[in-house]
Amino acid sequence: MSLIGEDTERCATVSPRELTRNPLKKTWVPSCRNGLPERHISERKVCMTNCPTLIVTVGLPARGKTYISKKLTRYLNWIDVPTKEFNVGQYRRECVKIYKSFEFFQPDNEEGLKIRKQCALAALNDVRQYLTDEGGQVAVFDATNTTRERRETILRFAEQNGFKVFFVESVCEDPDVIAENIVQVKLGSPDYTHCNTEEAVADFLKRIKCYENSYQTLDEELDRELSFIKIIDVGQRYLVNRVQDHIQSRIVYYLMNIHITPRSIYLCRHGESDLNVKGRIGGDSGLSGRGKEVWTSQMKRTIQTAEAVGVPYEQWKALNEIDAGVCEELMYEEIQQKYPLEFALRDQDKYRYRYPKGESYEDLVQRLEPVIMELERQENVLVICHQAVKRCLLAYFLDKTAGELPYLKCPLHTVLKLTPVAYGCKVESVCLKVDAVNTHRDRPANVNVHRSTEDALQTVPPLTSVSLFSLHLCLPSDPVVLGDEFLSVRCLLLL
Amino acid sequence: MSHSQTELTQNPLEKIWVPWMSNRLRRRRGSSMPQFTNSPTMIVMVGLPARGKTYISKKLTRYLNWIGVPTKVYNVGQYRRDAVQTYKNFEFFSPENEDAMKIRKACALAALKDVCSYFTQDHGQVAVFDATNTTRDRRELILSFAKDNGYKVFFVESLCDDPEIIAENIKQVKLSSPDYINCDKEEAVTDFLKRINCYKLTYVPLDDEKDRHLSYIKIFNVGSRYLVNQVQDHIQSRIVYYLMNIHVTPRTIYLCRHGESELNLLGRIGGDSGLSARGIKFAPALGSYIRGQCILDLKIWTSHMRRTIQTAEAIGVPYEQWKALNEIDAGVCEEMTYKEIQDHFPEEFALRDQDKYRYRYPKGESYEDLVQRLEPVIMELERQENVLVICHQAVMRCLLAYFLDKSADELPYLKCPLHTVLKLTPVAYGCKVESIFLNVEAVNTHRDRPVIESFTTPQNKDAHCSHSSLYRSTRVQPMASPVPTRAPRLQDLGLTELSLQNVDVDRNTEDALLTVPKHN
Repeated sequence: MSLIGEDTERCATVSPRELTRNPLKKTWVPSCRNGLPERHISERKVCMTNCPTLIVTVGLPARGKTYISKKLTRYLNWIDVPTKEFNVGQYRRECVKIYKSFEFFQPDNEEGLKIRKQCALAALNDVRQYLTDEGGQVAVFDATNTTRERRETILRFAEQNGFKVFFVESVCEDPDVIAENIVQVKLGSPDYTHCNTEEAVADFLKRIKCYENSYQTLDEELDRELSFIKIIDVGQRYLVNRVQDHIQSRIVYYLMNIHITPRSIYLCRHGESDLNVKGRIGGDSGLSGRGKEVWTSQMKRTIQTAEAVGVPYEQWKALNEIDAGVCEELMYEEIQQKYPLEFALRDQDKYRYRYPKGESYEDLVQRLEPVIMELERQENVLVICHQAVKRCLLAYFLDKTAGELPYLKCPLHTVLKLTPVAYGCKVESVCLKVDAVNTHRDRPANVNVHRSTEDALQTVPPLTSVSLFSLHLCLPSDPVVLGDEFLSVRCLLLL
Repeated sequence: MSHSQTELTQNPLEKIWVPWMSNRLRRRRGSSMPQFTNSPTMIVMVGLPARGKTYISKKLTRYLNWIGVPTKVYNVGQYRRDAVQTYKNFEFFSPENEDAMKIRKACALAALKDVCSYFTQDHGQVAVFDATNTTRDRRELILSFAKDNGYKVFFVESLCDDPEIIAENIKQVKLSSPDYINCDKEEAVTDFLKRINCYKLTYVPLDDEKDRHLSYIKIFNVGSRYLVNQVQDHIQSRIVYYLMNIHVTPRTIYLCRHGESELNLLGRIGGDSGLSARGIKFAPALGSYIRGQCILDLKIWTSHMRRTIQTAEAIGVPYEQWKALNEIDAGVCEEMTYKEIQDHFPEEFALRDQDKYRYRYPKGESYEDLVQRLEPVIMELERQENVLVICHQAVMRCLLAYFLDKSADELPYLKCPLHTVLKLTPVAYGCKVESIFLNVEAVNTHRDRPVIESFTTPQNKDAHCSHSSLYRSTRVQPMASPVPTRAPRLQDLGLTELSLQNVDVDRNTEDALLTVPKHN
């Protein structure tokens, strides 16, 4: 042990700033000399990089670059890293208006080359604006970028502007994968609206050929100073070079966990269960050969639901409902009565609002991130959770903003079936024929802290004596308080 | 309609809901490690000597155990040392030395046998097979062994041709190896380099083509490049992520708690109070100490709680707030004194003493929950270099347990006093710890497991820790990475036998409050 002596008295050279509490987020922030809170406190955000990052895709057409770009963008935005994708093909379509044929892409088509280069530069210009002026943190530059020369241009651009560059290359020679890719996203492209399937496919294959001769893949030796990940054969193998910082490490982790095997994710809230049907679950025809994983939270009501479904399930603490802190088990009327300021603040910014001694939606997203990561790894999964949690998960799959997320409709006894398709997610909503309380409360018109009680309670769902939380407490193992019928489990599994 | 099938009961210790009817359904507990895989996994190291295989093996094992995956290292070199007793020189490793080859193979097989019993009898989940495994034959042997037993295999190959890195490696860990105890430095280095050459002749790295069906990660030059092939499942994905985030750049991690708080003075747990007068004195002392360390590019992290932020403010350097670093949530016991907890929730208080790691406060958290929420902090600490973490008692215990490889049993009783900085410096295969008290008095907040005073000597040395009958452990208790070829030694845990402790729910108040530290 070593003691520090004399210094301790002397060192009040820095007089510590006073701390005040941000009333919305319940975070402690130092105040400036004039007593006002500092505008910017250093709160742990995911992206611990001081400079913006430019992610650059590399690869022949139909290698999944746009799929990866969009998915990565959606993920980064969900974890609160402002990200935007810039698809150069889109710029080209706006410039050229009508796509004639693959000949546009021939390496000796000078006119075509000129236009394509202009489009790339226009896109880069927008990237600069996004990252420098609009507060963006990551930009995804989605184009083939198959030549070393093009990549050099981008690297110079990034250097001039102080951006970090991370390349994501997709390499694939499996004809089946490429064919499926073309079917999924190329046939429906604006380029081919006037073609029939065969024509489109033939043209597209010729288009790919135009790039092949000049394709210079990222090289372990020649490009060893660059930061990149090379994805080979849709994730069979990865080559990762020079990960520079936290955000790149997270991007690599994410890219290594996603897959394109067809599957569906079912999201539902806890409900009651038809105990009579339980015995018939076993060989139900609705289940695919592989069956599905079932996940619950560690709260009684989701476990009860899973138990009644009668299949093995995994309990995740991370799926627990949002912690309402001092407002736990209160009714809206009571919250308004006891904590009118809190109630108003919540309406002002429901995403960032943190309950006193509780959580915010923002906190929820952070704790759900490992769940999302595992959902990406898995195939068919049924997630039995809670309203706020379901909203967060849904926002991830459907690319909803922080503004929309807390108001997404997630009624009880409705299962959402999410199936990835093309660049997005198909949603099917199955309402199981059970009456249930509506627990959705819209944002009221008046969010001012001095508003009247009437204004505050304007949008409380009609069943006035039911609180957001106590309705769950009313779910006993004894016969139900809400609804007349039990949730038909058979419906659940038929999805 | 029978309701009994969905009757749930809450496990009183962990507050986990389980059905009344027992385990007809396969039901696993959620944790940061969802156990989606039932087959155990063998991690097989590959690489020439001095490529960091043992460093990686030990570090990975420490990490996996900390996140609750029972893992153990099997270092074949250790088996060889046990078999051969005295190491003469590099010629033992010459590919022409038939006798030696026999011994080496026998050692590998002995280690594999131990891996088998670790999985089948000791409920291990991951075994790290630490050896060169540089020939295709040897790897085939391991693969068949694994296949016969239903184990998954994941290879970790370390390739390095940078002579400086290798020289540093030799200096750090080889010179002090038991093999070279009787040699001077130059002799040792020369011999070791010749040893490496023995392996080079027959070294066949994992091949992109021929080994494309195997699951592996290749690490090039200490992490500047990675090649990852066929990741099969969640645990392999986590392992890859971890391996890609660690580095060997020398750095220092400083752990300390906030300055003494108002609630500390009153003997109350939790809450979000400000610093006491002494705490306010401590903060600049910490600043002074830190400045005196002259650290390059120091990052400072705090929690979201006032007392850590107040402490950081006094240092005058930018800091980041992490919600994940918040103190353990004591739920209904927040801001109570231990006496109040005993008065209001005597059963809870006793349960906590029975298994402090797994015990979850009603509407609160357990140490086990803490570890799960601290995992991203650890991951980022691995990525970073010099960091000062200003946190809380329970949080600091969890972080310390990770760096010092403490078991779940020891973790909740690690001593983390106020106004004391722990300076951690990675060295060789572990971590050097220095404890620096900054000379500002503070209350003691450490509460030991209560022991019945009348027993001064342990009566039954042979008895293993037996849990009270109220709670039966259904999960494997993660141990610290055990010593490779021997069973973990109980006396190392420094714990008194549970039989001597009064952790019974019917104990009296006096026994319950025996070890509560003094406060205002």
